[in-house]
Amino acid sequence: MEVTLENLTKKFGNVVGVENLSLDIRESEFVAFLGPSGCGKTTTLLMIAGIYKPTAGAIRFDDRVVNQVPPQDRNVGMVFQSYALYPHMTVFDNLAYPLKLKKVPKREQVERVQRTADAMGIGQLLDRRPGQLSGGQQQRVALGRALVKEPDILLFDEPLSNLDARLRLSTRGEIKQLQKRLGITAIYVTHDQVEAMTMADRIAVINLGHLQAYDTPEDLYDRPKTLFIAGFVGNPPMNFLNVEVRREEGAFKARNHAFALTIPPERGEKAASQSGEVVLGIRPEDISVAPEGELEGEVAVVEPLGRDDLIDVRVGESVLFVLADPHLRIRAGDKVRLHVDTGRVQFFDQKTEQSLLWS
Amino acid sequence: MLPAGILVLLFFLIPVVIVIYLSMTNLASANFTSNLSKMEFIGLENYRILLNDQFAKRIFFNSIFYVLFTLSMFNVGLALVVSLLTTHIPRGAGFFFRAIWILPRVTASTLYILIWKRMIAEAPFGIINQFNGLLGLPTYNYAADRPWEFVILVNGFIGVSFGMIIFTSAIESIPKDLLNASLVDGSSLLQRIRYVILPLLRWPLLFVVTYQTLSLLTSFEQILLLTNGGPGLYRTEVWSLAAYHRALSNYFGNAQWGYGSAFAVVLVLIGVVLAVIYMRVFRFSELVAEPKVEVL
Repeated sequence: MEVTLENLTKKFGNVVGVENLSLDIRESEFVAFLGPSGCGKTTTLLMIAGIYKPTAGAIRFDDRVVNQVPPQDRNVGMVFQSYALYPHMTVFDNLAYPLKLKKVPKREQVERVQRTADAMGIGQLLDRRPGQLSGGQQQRVALGRALVKEPDILLFDEPLSNLDARLRLSTRGEIKQLQKRLGITAIYVTHDQVEAMTMADRIAVINLGHLQAYDTPEDLYDRPKTLFIAGFVGNPPMNFLNVEVRREEGAFKARNHAFALTIPPERGEKAASQSGEVVLGIRPEDISVAPEGELEGEVAVVEPLGRDDLIDVRVGESVLFVLADPHLRIRAGDKVRLHVDTGRVQFFDQKTEQSLLWS
Repeated sequence: MLPAGILVLLFFLIPVVIVIYLSMTNLASANFTSNLSKMEFIGLENYRILLNDQFAKRIFFNSIFYVLFTLSMFNVGLALVVSLLTTHIPRGAGFFFRAIWILPRVTASTLYILIWKRMIAEAPFGIINQFNGLLGLPTYNYAADRPWEFVILVNGFIGVSFGMIIFTSAIESIPKDLLNASLVDGSSLLQRIRYVILPLLRWPLLFVVTYQTLSLLTSFEQILLLTNGGPGLYRTEVWSLAAYHRALSNYFGNAQWGYGSAFAVVLVLIGVVLAVIYMRVFRFSELVAEPKVEVL
């Protein structure tokens, strides 16, 4: 099933939930809605489910406009953050509920519930009530209930937020595998960019009710079209510096009062087309501590992350986040030299905040 | 535990013991002297009289009829309907309609009954009869012709608010996700009420049914004011009103405190028995069962 949102708008009184959201989701695609709390991503999901009616715009399932179609006629499966299992029903009844409402014959109900429960690894828990299950088991029941009616679209509303870190990691993989195997179009709402990056084919970044970007995880990370996306995607976040880029003796140089970097021509040329200051962006992992580095600075803070040390280095008036090898045993107060992988720098217009490289 | 225990002791157990004791005496205004030691202990004599009282049976079934109908139609039935309706419409409108249903409860009984009496008065005074006249319908003497209907209506209108408040808050405390999930799972609004909302109201239902049964069993002031147990001999007399009449407001001027207490004791027994039955029917022990979680 393809899903198309056209200028979708939802207002609650005077409060804008979502405004002019347009995007298309292809058949069998896994799309993540990524954004901070209150950005409108769940509102959009509930409109697709049919719980909320759009104030304006249209939602299409394939070619059919479904704005006025009640939820029970949309054949959508949904997994909620709180799991939303019916506490008064056993696991069996929870799974059978969508089938019962579809008037599936009793015997087929039993078969399909058993099959789904076995696939979810909860076959032995059918006579339990949700209150007698662990969080992980409840999560599987919720997923099973969404799948048992063989929906055309699967919706996820932050389904992993209530799991512990280890379980979140394994369930992440399982959900992605399951979705690929069943080929059901899926929309996954999350504020966790790692979830979005690892699971989704494409990510819609939403902020304050507006679509900020809609791209593959690779493009969002390596070819951010706006300053917002560059700063939002990636953890620790991208560093931003104000520089002037000029062509000097055949090479492109990015300068400010503290340093000068030589930029490869394919990036430098586009950045130099802008007169005056531009914003240079560079990710922490693309800066390394090296004796012959172009930048010099003083380490302000060292945060050991295990695999790397995240160090804050003061260069001139700016502070750069840098991921450094823990074996270097860098301490706060050390003077270090930094090497910047200039093949990976980004440039943005200061005023429009648009990328000078990719727009 | 202790403060609650003291309250139960002071306001329930001690009065019950006093009433049980009184019910085994012949204390009445006819033989009352200022010397209480002259009060005679007569054992179960009052209960024997009660069993043979030619009106007791009628009063007993009157009470059952009154409680059953008021409870099922209004205190639980209409309360449930009002809460379900007012939680499915915009919030402000819901508040408004619920506020209206609270009015009978907060209006002083005498005033409230006066309004009803004006409503059902005989032609040409009664408001309902005025309408009947305008519509060309025959007029009635409702108080004489249809006393039970109005006893139940009058008490029912008061009784709705209690259940309504309890049910509304219970419905509104059902997690939004759960309600949305049932719609996504394919239920209509009515199916959602039937399969999700009502089962989740089991606790408040148990509470309202139990509490309102007992409170209806002991309520009599509206009946006292509206019909005073009439018309005729005990047509709408209920057990608690009978206890009041025997003990405190005897037509013949002889207040039979001992005999009236026997009526009251029977009422307490009925109440306790009913409460125990309700607990069983609603499987109270299952509602407080221990969870069985082994693995995360």
